[in-house]
Amino acid sequence: MAEKANNSEYWAANVRLVTLCLVVWALCSYGFAILFRPMLSGIAVGGTDLGFWFAQQGSILVFLILIFFYASRMNKLDKEYGVDEE
Amino acid sequence: MEQTTLNIIVVGLSFALYFGIAIWARAGSTSEFYAAGRGVPPVLNGMATAADWMSAASFISMAGLIAFVGYNNSTFLMGWTGGYVLMAMLLAPYLRKFGKYTVPEFVGDRFYSQTARVVAVASLIIMSVTYVIGQMTGAGVAFSRFLEVDKTTGLYIASATVFVYAVLGGMKGITYTQVAQYCVLITAYTIPAVFISLQLTGNPIPSLGLFSEHTASGQPLLTTLDGLLTDLGFNAYTTGSSPWLMALFTLSLMIGTAGLPHVIIRFFTVPKVSDARWSAGWALVFIALLYLTAPAVGAMARLNIMTTMWPDGVEGEPVAQADLPDWFNTWSVTGLLAVEDKNGDGLIQYYNENNAGMAEMAAERGWAGNELVTFNRDILVLANPEIAQLPGWVIALIAAGGLAAALSTAAGLLLAISSSISHDLIKSVINPNITEKGELLAARISMAGAIALATYLGLNPPGFAAQTVALAFGLAAASLFPTLMMGIFSKRMNSAGATAGMLAGLISTCLYLFTFLGWFFIPGTNMLDNTAANYLFGIPPTHFGPVGALLNFAVAFAVSRVTAEPPQEIQDLVESVRIPRGAGAAINK
Repeated sequence: MAEKANNSEYWAANVRLVTLCLVVWALCSYGFAILFRPMLSGIAVGGTDLGFWFAQQGSILVFLILIFFYASRMNKLDKEYGVDEE
Repeated sequence: MEQTTLNIIVVGLSFALYFGIAIWARAGSTSEFYAAGRGVPPVLNGMATAADWMSAASFISMAGLIAFVGYNNSTFLMGWTGGYVLMAMLLAPYLRKFGKYTVPEFVGDRFYSQTARVVAVASLIIMSVTYVIGQMTGAGVAFSRFLEVDKTTGLYIASATVFVYAVLGGMKGITYTQVAQYCVLITAYTIPAVFISLQLTGNPIPSLGLFSEHTASGQPLLTTLDGLLTDLGFNAYTTGSSPWLMALFTLSLMIGTAGLPHVIIRFFTVPKVSDARWSAGWALVFIALLYLTAPAVGAMARLNIMTTMWPDGVEGEPVAQADLPDWFNTWSVTGLLAVEDKNGDGLIQYYNENNAGMAEMAAERGWAGNELVTFNRDILVLANPEIAQLPGWVIALIAAGGLAAALSTAAGLLLAISSSISHDLIKSVINPNITEKGELLAARISMAGAIALATYLGLNPPGFAAQTVALAFGLAAASLFPTLMMGIFSKRMNSAGATAGMLAGLISTCLYLFTFLGWFFIPGTNMLDNTAANYLFGIPPTHFGPVGALLNFAVAFAVSRVTAEPPQEIQDLVESVRIPRGAGAAINK
């Protein structure tokens, strides 16, 4: 039973982490690059605005950071909850 | 040396490399054939995934897609990369833990239903077959363009090559050739981009050059480009329209990407769950190397065209037909590019003749319409080395790179098709008692059959080939992605719910596409014109994926709540999929 409780706590921690990452994921792509672009139009980046940079460069870089952040946090969580692979 | 001879040498060398790998990486068991023995290191798997994912379309067409539309087509850049975030967090690690060989196998086992398994096989085969047609024709075109053989011969050479390493090596052979193919294609893409960026901005990194100063005009590159375009009646490069539709299309591409089975199965080849997570990150690193460069290539190539056509700016006279650069004449021969001196003044006026605001200037200056009458978008990448005046071996590399991109994606798709036939239909449904040796033989025969079918369809492409990519992404988004996700994240999801949801997503997406694009894409059979006024809530058929996915989720939840919960052993299976420990046990089982 203890193992079961431990496992569901681990799963809840995973779901929290995924949710956090996906909020950032959506904010940078749908948000900064598209829907909120008019609000960021005051910030100039090389002949255009921040929204354009997010659409063609920034969001891809954020995606990369998110996946590596998620992988390293999860590999730590695996050990913390003792569910890592030997 | 003749350019064609050089092309043949470079492409020949790259093919010799692929054959060498094929002989070294022969598959001796079904585990090796389906999942490369689960021994692929995460970085190499990332590289193979990148090659698997980036097709002839990414390599040849994407920069052009962005160049001729600008900001609005950023949807492709974000959509085709953002899907990896979903895959890395919502699917890949858990499916790797499940430890089987195919995507329909997870659907069938998790939802304890042969019906669900067969529906999953059907949607996998429809989306992969439609996708592979484009790859085969792309390979044929690349052969004919660079090696001066006809398209049919080109297609046969491409099929024979894939046949050797895919039938012999299965996933193992495909993985290691994809690694080599990635190296070829990224080198070919990057070298001309670096030189063009240096010439225009003095910055060797294209992604930075895009936001740097244009040396010739002393203004930021994008400001110069916007100015030239709007002066000639085109839309400005950096401005957009319909943000909600852009967001919806991006979402559609992202969910579709995450649900494509030929990419998902790549994550079954790594040794551990933690490797699957890292591997998704590495895949995106290698994809980003091309996707961060592509928008720079697009904008810079567009600017190069504008300044070639208007060497003294819009106020001055345009280029004289006699002064067009050499690459212009070389590519005119292919028919991808054409000029027509309509007003007979010996000069070539390139402007947007469909813009009513241009009529006055045209009348005043004696223009009789746009004279750059054909400009195929694919030229941007294909002619890049010539535009940048790079040596012949770089042109040869582009040929090898385009072929590598087409072949690597075709091989990945063919494996997804053949493994779902030999493993999910033959082994799981038709003959469960088949021996290991028999299944390996069945897998090889299915692979050969899939290649024959793809070759046939490549030679006789159905009239709807252009729409098929929308179909593949729509189906992946509406059928497989939601079903896989619910299988992992909802313990309560049962067989009836998942099957009903999958069918709802599948059928609604097909119906919506067929309504506007014709039944089975046969022209003239559409029930409504493909115009914005007819769309449901203004959603174009290409953007329907997320709606289909939503229907899938909604129907699945509703049906599962009114039917019995899944049996205990299935709930235990879901719990075990969520925990990494024990994934090693799946090795070579």
